[in-house]
Amino acid sequence: MIQACLHCGDPIPPLSDGGEGFCCKGCAGAYNLVNDLGLTTYYERRTLNPDVKSLRPEDDELLIDYRRHVLSEKGTNTLYLMVEGIHCAACVWLIETALARQEGVIQARVNMSTRRLVLKWTDEEIDANRLVSIINDLGYRLVPYDPSLMNSENEKSEKELLRAMAVAGFATTNVMLFSVSIWAGGQDMSIVTRDLMHWLSALVALPAVAYAGRPFFRSALTALFAKRSNMDVPISLAVILAAGMSLFQVIQGAEHAYFDSSISLLFFLLIGRYLDRRARGRARGAAEQLLGLNCSGVTVLNKDGTKSLLSAEQVEIGMTVLCTAGERITVDGTILDGQSDVDTSLISGESVPTPVSINDQVFAGTTNLSAALRIKISATGEATVLAEIVRLMEEAEAGRAKYVAIADRVARLYAPVVHILAFATFLYWITLGDAVWNEALLNAISVLIITCPCALALAVPVVQVIASARLMRQGILVKTGTALERFASVKSIVFDKTGTLTLGRAELINHNDIDADQLKIAASLAGASKHPLSRALCRAVPHIGVKSNVEEIPGHGLKSGDIRLGSRAWCGLDKAPVHSGPELWLNIKGQTPVCLKFEDQIRLDAKDIIQRLQGLGYQIHLLSGDRIEPVQKVAKNLSIKNWHAVCSPTDKCQHLEKLNDALMVGDGLNDAPALASALVSLSPSTAIDVSQNTADAVFQGHKLKPVLEVLGVAKKCEKLVKQNFVLAFAYNGITIPLAMAGHVTPLFAAVAMSTSSLVVIANALRLSRGKI
Amino acid sequence: MESLLYLIPVALFLGGMGLAAFLWALKSGQYDDMEGNASRILFDDDDSPFPPESPRK
Repeated sequence: MIQACLHCGDPIPPLSDGGEGFCCKGCAGAYNLVNDLGLTTYYERRTLNPDVKSLRPEDDELLIDYRRHVLSEKGTNTLYLMVEGIHCAACVWLIETALARQEGVIQARVNMSTRRLVLKWTDEEIDANRLVSIINDLGYRLVPYDPSLMNSENEKSEKELLRAMAVAGFATTNVMLFSVSIWAGGQDMSIVTRDLMHWLSALVALPAVAYAGRPFFRSALTALFAKRSNMDVPISLAVILAAGMSLFQVIQGAEHAYFDSSISLLFFLLIGRYLDRRARGRARGAAEQLLGLNCSGVTVLNKDGTKSLLSAEQVEIGMTVLCTAGERITVDGTILDGQSDVDTSLISGESVPTPVSINDQVFAGTTNLSAALRIKISATGEATVLAEIVRLMEEAEAGRAKYVAIADRVARLYAPVVHILAFATFLYWITLGDAVWNEALLNAISVLIITCPCALALAVPVVQVIASARLMRQGILVKTGTALERFASVKSIVFDKTGTLTLGRAELINHNDIDADQLKIAASLAGASKHPLSRALCRAVPHIGVKSNVEEIPGHGLKSGDIRLGSRAWCGLDKAPVHSGPELWLNIKGQTPVCLKFEDQIRLDAKDIIQRLQGLGYQIHLLSGDRIEPVQKVAKNLSIKNWHAVCSPTDKCQHLEKLNDALMVGDGLNDAPALASALVSLSPSTAIDVSQNTADAVFQGHKLKPVLEVLGVAKKCEKLVKQNFVLAFAYNGITIPLAMAGHVTPLFAAVAMSTSSLVVIANALRLSRGKI
Repeated sequence: MESLLYLIPVALFLGGMGLAAFLWALKSGQYDDMEGNASRILFDDDDSPFPPESPRK
C-alpha cells in the first residue's frame, strides 16, 4: 500500500522533504501547528473527500493582501472569506477553533453549506494577514469576497417568502379557528358572538394579508405597469377584494365574511412559490459549488521575483504568469519556460494531450498537465480565444426566441377570462338580478376567489419542484425555470464526443497483452507522476508502491535507473508501429520494449442509452471538434448515423440552427455557443465553467443515463402539468356557475379551495416515485 | 361563554409567540447553514471554539 501523509492524506512521494509520515514540509508544519493548538482530535474525526482540494499547504506563498478587504466598524474588524479545502465538519471545527484561540478574535464562523467564513476581531493592532496565515498554513485556501456582491438577491427574496409564509400560516390557522366555530355554531350562535368572531378574524387577517401578500402585489403591479397581465393580478385582486369586502360586511354586521378564504389562499400560494424558489435556488447553489472557487485568480511573477495573485481582469499583456501542473491555464500566451503537456479537449474536443515547450502558444481554458509553465501573456480580456467563444455564445443566446412558460401562457388567456366573468356576474346581479350593490359585489368576489388561482397557481410549481427534487437526488441539477418544459418538447439530441459520450480521460486498453510483472514495474514508476496517462496506468494497476528515485522529464517520460517509461522517442523506439490513440512505452534494459495503449473510453452505458433514446424516437447527432478517425469510431460503436468531425464552434451552432427542438449535450468550451443556441442544453459536471453556466441542467457521474432520465422526467412532468390543468379547469367548471349564481358560502369556498389544491398536489406527488 | 374571553387571547398569544420565535430564528440566521449545524451538534462541548454566550450577529 502507498503510505498516506498524516496531514493531507495524499500518497507520500519517495523523496519527501517532510520527514517520516509526511509528503512535504508544509504538511509536517501544519501537523505540528494542529498539535500545538491541542486539536489533534481533528485527525480522528475528519473524513477526507477526494473531490475537494488536498490539504497540502502550497509551498509558494501567494500574496493576497487581506488587509485591503477588512471592513472596520466601531472597533470591530470583519473579514469575509471563501474557504477552499473543507472536507467535512471536522475541518469547520478546526478552522473555527484555530482562529478562536487567537487573541482578539471574537467570532469565527464557517458556513458549511456555502463554504464561507466570517471572521471578526476587535484589536486594531492585529494584522489580518498574520491571522489568516494560520489557516493558510493548515492547507486551506482563503479568498476574500464582497458579501454585498454574492447572490444575496435570491437569498433575500427566499427569506422574504419564508417570512410571509410564516405570517400567513399563523393567520390562517387562527382565522380558521374562528371560522370553524362560526360554521359549527350555525344558528345557535348569538349574533354578538358571531360578530365578535368576525372582528377578531379581521384583526388577525387584515394585517397578515397586507404583509404576506406583498410578493404577489408587487409582481401584479409590475405586470400592470408593463401593460400585461399575469397570474398574480387575479390573485392580488381576489385577495384584496375578499379582505376589503369582508371588512365591509363585518361593519354591516352581515352573516358571512371571507377572511379565511382570503388568507388561506395566500398561504397555499406562498407555499407553492417558496418551494419553487427554493428548489431552483438550491440547484443553482449546488451548480455554483461545482464550479468551485474559480475566482482564485492568476499567479503573476513580478519582475523582482515575488509572486502575487491577481484576478483575471487585472492581468495585462506582457506579464509573466506561473501555471503549476494540473492547473487550468487562464490566459492566452506563449511559453517562456518549461515543458509540459496541455489538455485542449475542452477547447477543441481533441482527445490526446498536446506536448508543448518554449515559444508554443497556449490558450485560456486548457489544462496544464505535467509540469509548471511560465507563460507570457499575449492577449487579455476581449482578445482571448475564450472571449471570442463567449461572444459567439451571447449571439446565439440573443437569437434564441424567449420561451414562454406554460403557466404564463395559460395565465395570459385565463386572467382576462376570470376578470370578465367576475365583472359579468356583478353586472348581472346589479341589473337583472335585482341585488343591492354590495350583494352583487360579493357574488363577483366569490367568483374571483373560487375561480382562480389556488389549484391553477399550484399546478405547475408543485410538479416542477417535485421533478427537480427527484432529478437532484440523481445528481441532475436543473438550473432554469422553464428547462423542464423545454426538455419535454425535444425531438433530436446532439452529442459532443470528448467528455460527453466518452469520459474524457484515457484508460489502459491492452492490459491483457502485457506481462503482469512488467505492468507492475510500469505502474510503480507511474505512481510518481501526475500525467494523465500515468494516472490512468495507476488506476488500471492499483495498490502498487511507488518506486524510489523516479525522475520525471516533462514532455518525455519517467526514468528510474535502467527503466524508462514514456513517449516512443524517450524510449528510443521511433520506428515502432503506430497506435491511433495515446500510448506509453516501457523500456527495461535487456527486455523487449512494451507498448501500453490508451484510449478515451466511451461512457459505460452510452451504447445502451443511445439505443434506448433512438427507440424512443429521438434523432441522435454527433458533432465533435476531434479528428475524423476517432469520431467515426465512436459513431460506429454507438450506431449513430449523423456524425460530423472537425467542427468549429460556429459549425456546431449552424448545425443546431438547422435542427429545431434540439437538445445539446456537451462539455467543452467549443460547445458553449451550441449549448446556448439549442432549445435546451445539458452539461456533465466535468464541463468547463462557461459551458456549465450556459447549460440549462448539469449532471454528475460517469454515466449517460441522466440524459434519458431528464427527458423521461420532463415528459412525465409535462403530462402531470396538463392533468393538473384539466383538474383545475374541471373544478372551475363546476364551481364557477355556483359562484355566479350566488350559492357560494365561506364554508363552501374553503372546502372547495382546499380540496382542489390537495388534489393537484396529490397528483403531482405521483412523480416523486415510480419508474419513468 | 365567558371562557372565550380569555381562551381566545391566550390562543392568539401562544400562536403569536410561535410566530415571533420563528421570525427571530430566521432573522438570527438559524436556518442559514443547515448542513453545518447538523454536524456541529456532534462536537463535544468542551472543545467548542467559543463559550455559548459569545456575541453573534
